[in-house]
Amino acid sequence: MSAAQQTAAAPLAAGFQDPVHDAQGCFRAIMNAMARPGTRQEISAGNLKPPAPLTQVAAAIALTLFDYDTPIWLDKPLMTSDAVKTFLRFHTGCPIVTEPVDAAFALVSAPVSMIPLASFNQGSAEYPDRSTTVILTGQDFSSHPAVTFSGPGIKDTVSFGSGPIPPVFWDQVIANNRQFPRGIDLVFAGQDALAALPRSTRILKAEV
Amino acid sequence: MNDTAQIFEQGEYNFAYLDEQTKRMIRRAILKGIAIPGYQVPFASREMPMPYGWGTGGVQVTAAILGKDDCLKMIDQGSDDTTNAVSLRGFFEKTAGVRTTFETSEASVIQTRHRIPEKTLREDQIIVFQVPIPEPLRFLEPRETETRKMHALEDYGLMHVKLYEDIAKNGHIATTYAYPVKVNDRYVMDPSPTPKFDNPKIDQMAALQLYGAGREKRIYAIPPYTKVKSLDFEDYPFEVQKFDKPCGLCGAENVYLDEVILDDKGGRMFVCSDSDYCEERRADGHLGPMAADPAAHQFGATQAEETAR
Repeated sequence: MSAAQQTAAAPLAAGFQDPVHDAQGCFRAIMNAMARPGTRQEISAGNLKPPAPLTQVAAAIALTLFDYDTPIWLDKPLMTSDAVKTFLRFHTGCPIVTEPVDAAFALVSAPVSMIPLASFNQGSAEYPDRSTTVILTGQDFSSHPAVTFSGPGIKDTVSFGSGPIPPVFWDQVIANNRQFPRGIDLVFAGQDALAALPRSTRILKAEV
Repeated sequence: MNDTAQIFEQGEYNFAYLDEQTKRMIRRAILKGIAIPGYQVPFASREMPMPYGWGTGGVQVTAAILGKDDCLKMIDQGSDDTTNAVSLRGFFEKTAGVRTTFETSEASVIQTRHRIPEKTLREDQIIVFQVPIPEPLRFLEPRETETRKMHALEDYGLMHVKLYEDIAKNGHIATTYAYPVKVNDRYVMDPSPTPKFDNPKIDQMAALQLYGAGREKRIYAIPPYTKVKSLDFEDYPFEVQKFDKPCGLCGAENVYLDEVILDDKGGRMFVCSDSDYCEERRADGHLGPMAADPAAHQFGATQAEETAR
Protein backbone atom coordinates (compact mmCIF):
# COMPACT_ATOMS: atom_id res chain seq x y z
CA MET A 1 0.00 0.00 0.00
CA SER A 2 2.85 2.37 0.81
CA ALA A 3 4.30 1.85 -2.68
CA ALA A 4 0.97 2.75 -4.21
CA GLN A 5 0.75 5.88 -2.11
CA GLN A 6 4.22 6.94 -3.22
CA THR A 7 3.30 6.49 -6.89
CA ALA A 8 0.08 8.39 -6.47
CA ALA A 9 2.02 11.20 -4.83
CA ALA A 10 4.26 11.56 -7.89
CA PRO A 11 3.11 14.40 -10.17
CA LEU A 12 0.50 13.23 -12.63
CA ALA A 13 1.62 13.35 -16.27
CA ALA A 14 -0.24 15.89 -18.38
CA GLY A 15 -2.75 15.00 -21.08
CA PHE A 16 -3.06 16.64 -24.51
CA GLN A 17 -1.90 20.26 -24.59
CA ASP A 18 -4.78 21.08 -26.89
CA PRO A 19 -7.44 18.48 -26.06
CA VAL A 20 -9.72 19.36 -28.99
CA HIS A 21 -7.29 19.49 -31.89
CA ASP A 22 -4.74 16.98 -30.62
CA ALA A 23 -7.50 14.41 -30.18
CA GLN A 24 -8.88 15.25 -33.62
CA GLY A 25 -5.46 14.82 -35.25
CA CYS A 26 -4.90 11.53 -33.47
CA PHE A 27 -8.37 10.29 -34.41
CA ARG A 28 -7.80 11.08 -38.10
CA ALA A 29 -4.59 9.02 -37.96
CA ILE A 30 -6.45 6.10 -36.37
CA MET A 31 -9.35 6.45 -38.84
CA ASN A 32 -7.02 6.55 -41.84
CA ALA A 33 -5.13 3.55 -40.48
CA MET A 34 -8.39 1.60 -40.04
CA ALA A 35 -9.61 2.64 -43.51
CA ARG A 36 -6.30 1.64 -45.11
CA PRO A 37 -5.17 -1.52 -43.30
CA GLY A 38 -1.43 -2.04 -43.10
CA THR A 39 -0.43 1.54 -43.90
CA ARG A 40 1.59 3.55 -41.40
CA GLN A 41 0.01 6.77 -40.21
CA GLU A 42 2.27 9.36 -38.62
CA ILE A 43 1.09 10.68 -35.30
CA SER A 44 2.59 13.45 -33.19
CA ALA A 45 2.40 12.52 -29.53
CA GLY A 46 5.79 14.02 -28.60
CA ASN A 47 4.39 16.24 -25.87
CA LEU A 48 2.91 13.38 -23.90
CA LYS A 49 5.03 11.91 -21.13
CA PRO A 50 2.90 9.02 -19.89
CA PRO A 51 4.16 6.72 -17.12
CA ALA A 52 5.97 3.60 -18.36
CA PRO A 53 5.13 1.02 -19.64
CA LEU A 54 2.46 3.15 -21.39
CA THR A 55 4.02 4.54 -24.58
CA GLN A 56 3.41 7.98 -26.08
CA VAL A 57 1.39 6.76 -29.04
CA ALA A 58 -0.64 4.39 -26.85
CA ALA A 59 -1.36 7.27 -24.46
CA ALA A 60 -2.49 9.45 -27.38
CA ILE A 61 -4.86 6.71 -28.58
CA ALA A 62 -6.19 6.32 -25.03
CA LEU A 63 -6.82 10.05 -24.64
CA THR A 64 -8.52 10.12 -28.05
CA LEU A 65 -10.87 7.15 -27.71
CA PHE A 66 -11.34 6.23 -24.05
CA ASP A 67 -13.94 7.67 -21.68
CA TYR A 68 -16.47 6.57 -19.08
CA ASP A 69 -18.35 4.56 -21.73
CA THR A 70 -15.41 2.30 -22.56
CA PRO A 71 -14.31 -0.46 -20.18
CA ILE A 72 -10.56 -0.97 -20.59
CA TRP A 73 -8.57 -4.16 -20.11
CA LEU A 74 -4.84 -3.86 -19.36
CA ASP A 75 -2.23 -6.58 -19.67
CA LYS A 76 -0.14 -7.51 -16.64
CA PRO A 77 2.72 -4.95 -16.88
CA LEU A 78 0.18 -2.12 -17.28
CA MET A 79 -2.26 -3.50 -14.72
CA THR A 80 0.45 -3.69 -12.06
CA SER A 81 1.45 -0.07 -12.61
CA ASP A 82 -0.58 2.24 -10.40
CA ALA A 83 0.82 5.26 -12.24
CA VAL A 84 -0.65 3.98 -15.52
CA LYS A 85 -4.04 3.28 -13.98
CA THR A 86 -4.08 6.68 -12.30
CA PHE A 87 -3.12 8.37 -15.58
CA LEU A 88 -5.88 6.61 -17.52
CA ARG A 89 -8.52 7.09 -14.81
CA PHE A 90 -7.75 10.77 -14.31
CA HIS A 91 -7.57 11.80 -17.95
CA THR A 92 -10.26 9.56 -19.46
CA GLY A 93 -12.43 8.37 -16.58
CA CYS A 94 -12.48 4.89 -18.09
CA PRO A 95 -13.43 1.90 -15.93
CA ILE A 96 -10.63 -0.67 -15.78
CA VAL A 97 -11.90 -4.24 -15.97
CA THR A 98 -10.21 -7.54 -15.20
CA GLU A 99 -12.09 -9.76 -17.65
CA PRO A 100 -10.93 -9.30 -21.27
CA VAL A 101 -14.39 -10.20 -22.55
CA ASP A 102 -15.89 -7.13 -20.82
CA ALA A 103 -13.52 -4.66 -22.49
CA ALA A 104 -14.24 -2.22 -25.31
CA PHE A 105 -10.51 -1.62 -25.67
CA ALA A 106 -7.53 -3.67 -24.54
CA LEU A 107 -4.04 -2.22 -24.09
CA VAL A 108 -1.21 -4.72 -24.48
CA SER A 109 2.29 -3.53 -23.58
CA ALA A 110 4.00 -6.93 -23.72
CA PRO A 111 2.53 -8.52 -26.87
CA VAL A 112 4.92 -11.51 -26.85
CA SER A 113 3.24 -12.94 -23.77
CA MET A 114 -0.27 -11.71 -24.61
CA ILE A 115 -3.38 -13.81 -24.06
CA PRO A 116 -5.05 -15.37 -27.14
CA LEU A 117 -7.10 -12.97 -29.27
CA ALA A 118 -10.09 -15.28 -28.84
CA SER A 119 -10.24 -14.31 -25.14
CA PHE A 120 -11.54 -10.86 -26.03
CA ASN A 121 -15.12 -9.96 -26.83
CA GLN A 122 -15.82 -11.05 -30.41
CA GLY A 123 -19.16 -9.28 -30.74
CA SER A 124 -22.36 -11.09 -31.67
CA ALA A 125 -23.85 -11.86 -35.06
CA GLU A 126 -26.52 -9.20 -34.45
CA TYR A 127 -24.13 -6.66 -32.93
CA PRO A 128 -20.65 -7.33 -34.33
CA ASP A 129 -19.69 -3.77 -33.30
CA ARG A 130 -19.62 -4.76 -29.63
CA SER A 131 -16.26 -6.49 -29.92
CA THR A 132 -12.98 -5.44 -28.30
CA THR A 133 -10.41 -3.32 -30.10
CA VAL A 134 -6.96 -4.56 -29.11
CA ILE A 135 -4.09 -2.05 -29.08
CA LEU A 136 -0.58 -3.48 -29.21
CA THR A 137 1.97 -0.94 -27.98
CA GLY A 138 5.71 -0.57 -28.54
CA GLN A 139 5.52 -1.93 -32.09
CA ASP A 140 8.33 -1.61 -34.62
CA PHE A 141 7.26 -1.59 -38.27
CA SER A 142 10.77 -1.97 -39.69
CA SER A 143 10.80 -5.71 -39.19
CA HIS A 144 10.58 -8.03 -42.17
CA PRO A 145 7.09 -8.05 -43.74
CA ALA A 146 5.51 -11.24 -42.52
CA VAL A 147 2.09 -11.07 -44.15
CA THR A 148 0.22 -9.69 -47.14
CA PHE A 149 -3.14 -7.98 -46.72
CA SER A 150 -5.97 -7.63 -49.19
CA GLY A 151 -9.61 -6.61 -48.86
CA PRO A 152 -11.55 -3.41 -48.13
CA GLY A 153 -9.34 -0.33 -47.91
CA ILE A 154 -6.52 -1.91 -49.93
CA LYS A 155 -6.18 -1.24 -53.65
CA ASP A 156 -4.37 -4.47 -54.57
CA THR A 157 -2.32 -5.93 -51.76
CA VAL A 158 -0.05 -4.48 -49.08
CA SER A 159 2.79 -6.18 -47.20
CA PHE A 160 2.92 -5.64 -43.50
CA GLY A 161 5.29 -6.53 -40.73
CA SER A 162 5.27 -5.54 -37.10
CA GLY A 163 6.89 -6.72 -33.92
CA PRO A 164 7.23 -7.82 -31.24
CA ILE A 165 4.34 -10.26 -31.58
CA PRO A 166 3.85 -13.82 -30.31
CA PRO A 167 4.84 -16.63 -32.72
CA VAL A 168 1.28 -17.83 -33.32
CA PHE A 169 -0.05 -14.31 -33.70
CA TRP A 170 -0.82 -14.31 -37.43
CA ASP A 171 -2.59 -17.68 -37.21
CA GLN A 172 -4.77 -16.19 -34.48
CA VAL A 173 -5.49 -13.11 -36.59
CA ILE A 174 -6.36 -15.24 -39.63
CA ALA A 175 -8.79 -17.27 -37.49
CA ASN A 176 -10.19 -14.02 -36.07
CA ASN A 177 -10.75 -12.42 -39.48
CA ARG A 178 -12.33 -15.59 -40.83
CA GLN A 179 -15.32 -15.10 -38.51
CA PHE A 180 -16.17 -11.73 -40.14
CA PRO A 181 -18.36 -9.81 -39.35
CA ARG A 182 -17.58 -10.93 -35.80
CA GLY A 183 -14.07 -10.56 -34.44
CA ILE A 184 -11.71 -8.04 -32.89
CA ASP A 185 -9.93 -5.14 -34.56
CA LEU A 186 -6.22 -4.51 -33.99
CA VAL A 187 -4.26 -1.28 -33.66
CA PHE A 188 -0.46 -1.37 -33.78
CA ALA A 189 1.04 1.58 -31.88
CA GLY A 190 4.66 2.31 -32.82
CA GLN A 191 7.17 5.00 -31.89
CA ASP A 192 5.72 7.88 -33.88
CA ALA A 193 3.24 6.08 -36.10
CA LEU A 194 0.41 3.61 -35.92
CA ALA A 195 -1.22 1.02 -38.14
CA ALA A 196 -4.46 -0.92 -37.90
CA LEU A 197 -5.90 -4.22 -38.97
CA PRO A 198 -9.70 -4.47 -39.01
CA ARG A 199 -11.48 -7.81 -39.09
CA SER A 200 -12.46 -7.28 -42.74
CA THR A 201 -8.90 -7.77 -44.05
CA ARG A 202 -7.83 -11.04 -45.69
CA ILE A 203 -4.36 -12.13 -44.58
CA LEU A 204 -1.86 -14.20 -46.50
CA LYS A 205 1.22 -15.41 -44.64
CA ALA A 206 4.50 -15.15 -46.53
CA GLU A 207 5.97 -18.45 -47.70
CA VAL A 208 8.55 -19.72 -45.26
CA MET B 1 -24.51 38.63 -35.18
CA ASN B 2 -24.03 37.19 -38.65
CA ASP B 3 -20.30 37.68 -38.54
CA THR B 4 -19.24 34.06 -38.31
CA ALA B 5 -15.63 34.63 -37.27
CA GLN B 6 -16.72 36.85 -34.43
CA ILE B 7 -19.05 34.24 -33.04
CA PHE B 8 -16.35 31.62 -33.39
CA GLU B 9 -13.84 33.67 -31.44
CA GLN B 10 -16.32 34.42 -28.69
CA GLY B 11 -15.93 30.77 -27.89
CA GLU B 12 -19.63 30.13 -27.53
CA TYR B 13 -19.31 26.61 -28.92
CA ASN B 14 -16.72 23.93 -28.72
CA PHE B 15 -14.88 23.51 -32.05
CA ALA B 16 -17.42 22.13 -34.56
CA TYR B 17 -20.30 22.48 -32.07
CA LEU B 18 -20.24 19.00 -30.49
CA ASP B 19 -18.68 18.44 -27.08
CA GLU B 20 -15.63 16.19 -26.87
CA GLN B 21 -17.38 13.23 -25.27
CA THR B 22 -19.95 13.16 -28.08
CA LYS B 23 -17.16 13.34 -30.64
CA ARG B 24 -15.36 10.40 -29.00
CA MET B 25 -18.56 8.34 -29.05
CA ILE B 26 -19.13 9.14 -32.75
CA ARG B 27 -15.47 8.50 -33.55
CA ARG B 28 -15.63 5.04 -31.98
CA ALA B 29 -18.75 4.28 -34.04
CA ILE B 30 -16.98 5.45 -37.21
CA LEU B 31 -14.05 3.10 -36.51
CA LYS B 32 -16.43 0.16 -36.06
CA GLY B 33 -18.26 1.15 -39.23
CA ILE B 34 -15.01 1.14 -41.20
CA ALA B 35 -14.00 -2.23 -39.74
CA ILE B 36 -17.36 -3.79 -40.74
CA PRO B 37 -18.09 -2.24 -44.17
CA GLY B 38 -21.81 -1.74 -44.75
CA TYR B 39 -22.89 -2.65 -41.19
CA GLN B 40 -25.01 0.01 -39.47
CA VAL B 41 -23.41 0.89 -36.14
CA PRO B 42 -25.88 2.24 -33.56
CA PHE B 43 -24.73 5.50 -31.97
CA ALA B 44 -26.13 7.95 -29.42
CA SER B 45 -27.22 10.60 -31.92
CA ARG B 46 -27.56 14.03 -30.34
CA GLU B 47 -30.19 16.65 -30.87
CA MET B 48 -28.73 19.17 -33.29
CA PRO B 49 -29.72 22.80 -33.83
CA MET B 50 -31.58 21.86 -37.01
CA PRO B 51 -34.57 19.66 -37.66
CA TYR B 52 -34.32 15.97 -38.47
CA GLY B 53 -34.18 15.55 -42.21
CA TRP B 54 -31.77 18.43 -42.63
CA GLY B 55 -28.72 16.25 -42.30
CA THR B 56 -28.28 15.87 -38.55
CA GLY B 57 -26.49 12.54 -39.05
CA GLY B 58 -24.10 13.85 -41.67
CA VAL B 59 -23.47 16.96 -39.58
CA GLN B 60 -22.53 14.89 -36.53
CA VAL B 61 -20.15 12.71 -38.54
CA THR B 62 -18.57 15.77 -40.17
CA ALA B 63 -18.23 17.52 -36.79
CA ALA B 64 -16.48 14.46 -35.34
CA ILE B 65 -13.88 14.15 -38.10
CA LEU B 66 -13.36 17.82 -38.99
CA GLY B 67 -10.03 19.49 -38.13
CA LYS B 68 -9.07 23.14 -38.30
CA ASP B 69 -6.96 22.56 -41.45
CA ASP B 70 -9.77 20.87 -43.36
CA CYS B 71 -11.50 22.43 -46.31
CA LEU B 72 -15.20 21.66 -46.38
CA LYS B 73 -17.57 21.38 -49.33
CA MET B 74 -21.31 21.05 -48.75
CA ILE B 75 -23.62 19.87 -51.47
CA ASP B 76 -27.36 19.41 -51.63
CA GLN B 77 -28.65 17.44 -54.64
CA GLY B 78 -25.38 18.22 -56.41
CA SER B 79 -25.62 21.93 -55.85
CA ASP B 80 -23.51 24.08 -53.55
CA ASP B 81 -25.98 26.95 -53.33
CA THR B 82 -29.32 25.45 -52.37
CA THR B 83 -30.87 25.99 -48.95
CA ASN B 84 -29.60 22.90 -47.17
CA ALA B 85 -26.03 23.29 -48.42
CA VAL B 86 -25.92 27.00 -47.63
CA SER B 87 -27.21 26.63 -44.09
CA LEU B 88 -25.01 23.65 -43.19
CA ARG B 89 -21.95 25.35 -44.68
CA GLY B 90 -22.79 28.40 -42.59
CA PHE B 91 -23.16 26.18 -39.52
CA PHE B 92 -19.59 24.91 -39.81
CA GLU B 93 -18.21 28.32 -40.75
CA LYS B 94 -19.75 29.61 -37.55
CA THR B 95 -18.91 26.81 -35.16
CA ALA B 96 -15.58 25.54 -36.54
CA GLY B 97 -14.25 28.49 -38.56
CA VAL B 98 -12.95 26.09 -41.23
CA ARG B 99 -12.25 27.01 -44.83
CA THR B 100 -15.12 26.13 -47.18
CA THR B 101 -15.16 25.72 -50.92
CA PHE B 102 -17.40 25.00 -53.90
CA GLU B 103 -14.63 23.19 -55.76
CA THR B 104 -14.65 19.42 -55.49
CA SER B 105 -10.89 19.10 -56.00
CA GLU B 106 -10.08 21.63 -53.27
CA ALA B 107 -12.15 20.00 -50.51
CA SER B 108 -10.73 17.52 -48.00
CA VAL B 109 -14.14 16.75 -46.50
CA ILE B 110 -17.30 16.75 -48.63
CA GLN B 111 -20.69 16.46 -46.96
CA THR B 112 -23.39 15.57 -49.42
CA ARG B 113 -27.11 15.22 -49.58
CA HIS B 114 -28.02 12.68 -52.23
CA ARG B 115 -25.33 13.16 -54.90
CA ILE B 116 -21.71 12.19 -55.47
CA PRO B 117 -19.66 14.79 -57.38
CA GLU B 118 -19.04 14.04 -61.07
CA LYS B 119 -15.31 14.57 -60.60
CA THR B 120 -13.51 11.43 -59.39
CA LEU B 121 -12.66 11.70 -55.70
CA ARG B 122 -9.10 11.22 -54.47
CA GLU B 123 -7.58 9.10 -51.69
CA ASP B 124 -7.06 12.12 -49.44
CA GLN B 125 -10.73 13.09 -49.52
CA ILE B 126 -13.59 11.95 -47.29
CA ILE B 127 -17.21 12.03 -48.39
CA VAL B 128 -19.95 12.17 -45.73
CA PHE B 129 -23.51 11.23 -46.72
CA GLN B 130 -26.68 12.43 -45.04
CA VAL B 131 -28.97 9.44 -44.68
CA PRO B 132 -32.71 9.57 -43.87
CA ILE B 133 -33.48 5.82 -43.55
CA PRO B 134 -30.32 3.73 -43.24
CA GLU B 135 -32.02 0.34 -43.18
CA PRO B 136 -32.49 -0.97 -46.75
CA LEU B 137 -34.93 -3.63 -45.50
CA ARG B 138 -37.09 -1.23 -43.46
CA PHE B 139 -39.91 -0.87 -45.99
CA LEU B 140 -40.01 -4.64 -46.40
CA GLU B 141 -39.79 -5.51 -42.69
CA PRO B 142 -40.68 -2.79 -40.18
CA ARG B 143 -39.36 -4.58 -37.06
CA GLU B 144 -35.79 -3.69 -36.10
CA THR B 145 -35.34 -7.03 -34.29
CA GLU B 146 -36.17 -8.84 -37.53
CA THR B 147 -34.03 -6.75 -39.89
CA ARG B 148 -31.12 -7.10 -37.48
CA LYS B 149 -31.51 -10.87 -37.58
CA MET B 150 -31.76 -10.79 -41.37
CA HIS B 151 -28.45 -8.92 -41.56
CA ALA B 152 -26.89 -11.33 -39.07
CA LEU B 153 -27.98 -14.35 -41.11
CA GLU B 154 -27.24 -12.63 -44.43
CA ASP B 155 -30.85 -13.32 -45.35
CA TYR B 156 -31.48 -10.91 -48.20
CA GLY B 157 -33.99 -12.90 -50.22
CA LEU B 158 -36.71 -10.36 -49.47
CA MET B 159 -34.77 -7.61 -51.19
CA HIS B 160 -34.45 -9.70 -54.34
CA VAL B 161 -38.19 -10.40 -54.20
CA LYS B 162 -38.78 -6.65 -54.11
CA LEU B 163 -36.59 -6.10 -57.17
CA TYR B 164 -38.29 -9.05 -58.89
CA GLU B 165 -41.71 -7.51 -58.21
CA ASP B 166 -40.42 -4.34 -59.86
CA ILE B 167 -39.68 -6.35 -62.98
CA ALA B 168 -43.01 -8.19 -62.83
CA LYS B 169 -44.95 -4.92 -62.60
CA ASN B 170 -42.88 -2.60 -64.77
CA GLY B 171 -40.78 -4.83 -66.98
CA HIS B 172 -37.58 -3.44 -65.50
CA ILE B 173 -36.14 -2.63 -62.06
CA ALA B 174 -38.00 0.59 -61.31
CA THR B 175 -35.92 1.57 -58.26
CA THR B 176 -34.10 4.72 -59.33
CA TYR B 177 -32.66 6.06 -56.09
CA ALA B 178 -31.55 4.50 -52.77
CA TYR B 179 -30.76 1.49 -54.93
CA PRO B 180 -29.60 -1.33 -52.62
CA VAL B 181 -25.99 -2.47 -52.83
CA LYS B 182 -24.02 -5.35 -51.35
CA VAL B 183 -20.80 -4.24 -49.70
CA ASN B 184 -17.74 -6.49 -49.68
CA ASP B 185 -19.97 -9.51 -50.52
CA ARG B 186 -21.60 -9.35 -47.10
CA TYR B 187 -23.93 -6.56 -45.99
CA VAL B 188 -26.77 -5.14 -48.05
CA MET B 189 -26.66 -1.38 -47.61
CA ASP B 190 -28.69 1.66 -48.57
CA PRO B 191 -26.38 4.15 -50.31
CA SER B 192 -28.74 6.96 -49.11
CA PRO B 193 -31.21 8.42 -51.63
CA THR B 194 -28.56 9.13 -54.26
CA PRO B 195 -29.79 8.43 -57.80
CA LYS B 196 -28.68 4.98 -58.91
CA PHE B 197 -26.63 6.87 -61.51
CA ASP B 198 -24.08 7.35 -58.70
CA ASN B 199 -23.94 3.70 -57.61
CA PRO B 200 -21.01 2.78 -59.90
CA LYS B 201 -18.98 5.58 -58.27
CA ILE B 202 -19.33 3.95 -54.84
CA ASP B 203 -17.63 0.79 -56.08
CA GLN B 204 -13.83 0.87 -55.58
CA MET B 205 -13.95 4.59 -54.73
CA ALA B 206 -10.55 5.99 -53.72
CA ALA B 207 -12.07 8.17 -50.99
CA LEU B 208 -13.41 7.01 -47.65
CA GLN B 209 -17.23 7.08 -47.48
CA LEU B 210 -19.02 7.75 -44.20
CA TYR B 211 -22.81 7.64 -43.81
CA GLY B 212 -24.65 9.28 -40.93
CA ALA B 213 -28.35 8.94 -40.05
CA GLY B 214 -29.24 11.26 -37.16
CA ARG B 215 -32.90 10.45 -36.49
CA GLU B 216 -32.35 6.70 -36.95
CA LYS B 217 -29.09 6.85 -34.94
CA ARG B 218 -26.89 4.83 -37.25
CA ILE B 219 -23.42 5.33 -38.74
CA TYR B 220 -21.95 3.17 -41.47
CA ALA B 221 -18.98 3.35 -43.77
CA ILE B 222 -17.30 2.02 -46.88
CA PRO B 223 -13.49 2.02 -46.80
CA PRO B 224 -11.60 3.04 -49.96
CA TYR B 225 -11.26 0.43 -52.71
CA THR B 226 -14.10 -1.73 -51.45
CA LYS B 227 -16.23 -3.87 -53.70
CA VAL B 228 -19.77 -2.51 -53.80
CA LYS B 229 -22.22 -4.32 -56.05
CA SER B 230 -25.65 -3.02 -56.98
CA LEU B 231 -28.15 -5.87 -56.59
CA ASP B 232 -29.53 -7.22 -59.85
CA PHE B 233 -30.36 -10.39 -61.77
CA GLU B 234 -28.38 -12.16 -64.48
CA ASP B 235 -31.09 -11.47 -67.06
CA TYR B 236 -31.86 -7.99 -65.70
CA PRO B 237 -28.43 -6.51 -65.03
CA PHE B 238 -28.05 -3.25 -63.12
CA GLU B 239 -28.23 -0.18 -65.36
CA VAL B 240 -27.89 3.52 -64.70
CA GLN B 241 -30.10 6.27 -66.08
CA LYS B 242 -29.17 7.53 -69.55
CA PHE B 243 -29.92 11.02 -70.83
CA ASP B 244 -30.53 11.55 -74.53
CA LYS B 245 -29.37 15.17 -74.43
CA PRO B 246 -26.21 16.75 -73.06
CA CYS B 247 -26.27 19.45 -70.37
CA GLY B 248 -27.94 22.58 -71.77
CA LEU B 249 -25.35 24.92 -70.31
CA CYS B 250 -22.00 23.13 -70.57
CA GLY B 251 -22.72 20.33 -73.05
CA ALA B 252 -21.47 17.60 -70.70
CA GLU B 253 -22.51 14.05 -71.51
CA ASN B 254 -22.68 11.05 -69.19
CA VAL B 255 -23.49 13.22 -66.19
CA TYR B 256 -26.62 13.37 -64.06
CA LEU B 257 -29.01 16.09 -65.25
CA ASP B 258 -31.70 18.13 -63.48
CA GLU B 259 -34.73 19.52 -65.27
CA VAL B 260 -35.15 23.28 -64.99
CA ILE B 261 -38.50 24.85 -65.92
CA LEU B 262 -37.85 28.13 -67.72
CA ASP B 263 -41.33 29.60 -68.27
CA ASP B 264 -45.02 28.74 -68.17
CA LYS B 265 -45.10 27.83 -71.88
CA GLY B 266 -43.39 24.48 -71.57
CA GLY B 267 -39.87 25.81 -71.88
CA ARG B 268 -37.37 23.64 -70.11
CA MET B 269 -33.73 22.83 -70.01
CA PHE B 270 -31.65 19.98 -68.64
CA VAL B 271 -28.54 21.01 -66.76
CA CYS B 272 -25.83 19.28 -64.71
CA SER B 273 -27.00 18.48 -61.21
CA ASP B 274 -23.39 18.98 -60.05
CA SER B 275 -23.26 22.79 -60.23
CA ASP B 276 -19.51 23.04 -59.57
CA TYR B 277 -18.74 20.61 -62.39
CA CYS B 278 -20.97 22.58 -64.78
CA GLU B 279 -19.39 25.91 -63.89
CA GLU B 280 -15.89 24.58 -64.26
CA ARG B 281 -16.70 23.25 -67.73
CA ARG B 282 -18.23 26.56 -68.78
CA ALA B 283 -15.17 28.41 -67.45
CA ASP B 284 -13.08 26.12 -69.66
CA GLY B 285 -15.10 27.24 -72.67
CA HIS B 286 -17.49 24.29 -73.06
CA LEU B 287 -20.89 25.49 -74.23
CA GLY B 288 -24.11 23.55 -74.38
CA PRO B 289 -26.93 23.94 -76.93
CA MET B 290 -28.90 26.33 -74.69
CA ALA B 291 -26.00 28.39 -73.37
CA ALA B 292 -26.94 31.32 -75.62
CA ASP B 293 -30.60 31.29 -74.51
CA PRO B 294 -31.47 34.42 -72.48
CA ALA B 295 -33.20 32.34 -69.82
CA ALA B 296 -30.19 30.07 -69.56
CA HIS B 297 -27.94 33.08 -69.34
CA GLN B 298 -29.92 34.36 -66.40
CA PHE B 299 -29.77 30.99 -64.70
CA GLY B 300 -26.05 30.56 -65.27
CA ALA B 301 -25.23 34.12 -64.28
CA THR B 302 -27.02 33.79 -60.94
CA GLN B 303 -24.93 30.74 -60.15
CA ALA B 304 -21.67 32.39 -61.16
CA GLU B 305 -22.54 35.42 -59.07
CA GLU B 306 -23.16 33.33 -56.00
CA THR B 307 -19.91 31.45 -56.55
CA ALA B 308 -18.04 34.72 -56.63
CA ARG B 309 -19.67 35.76 -53.40
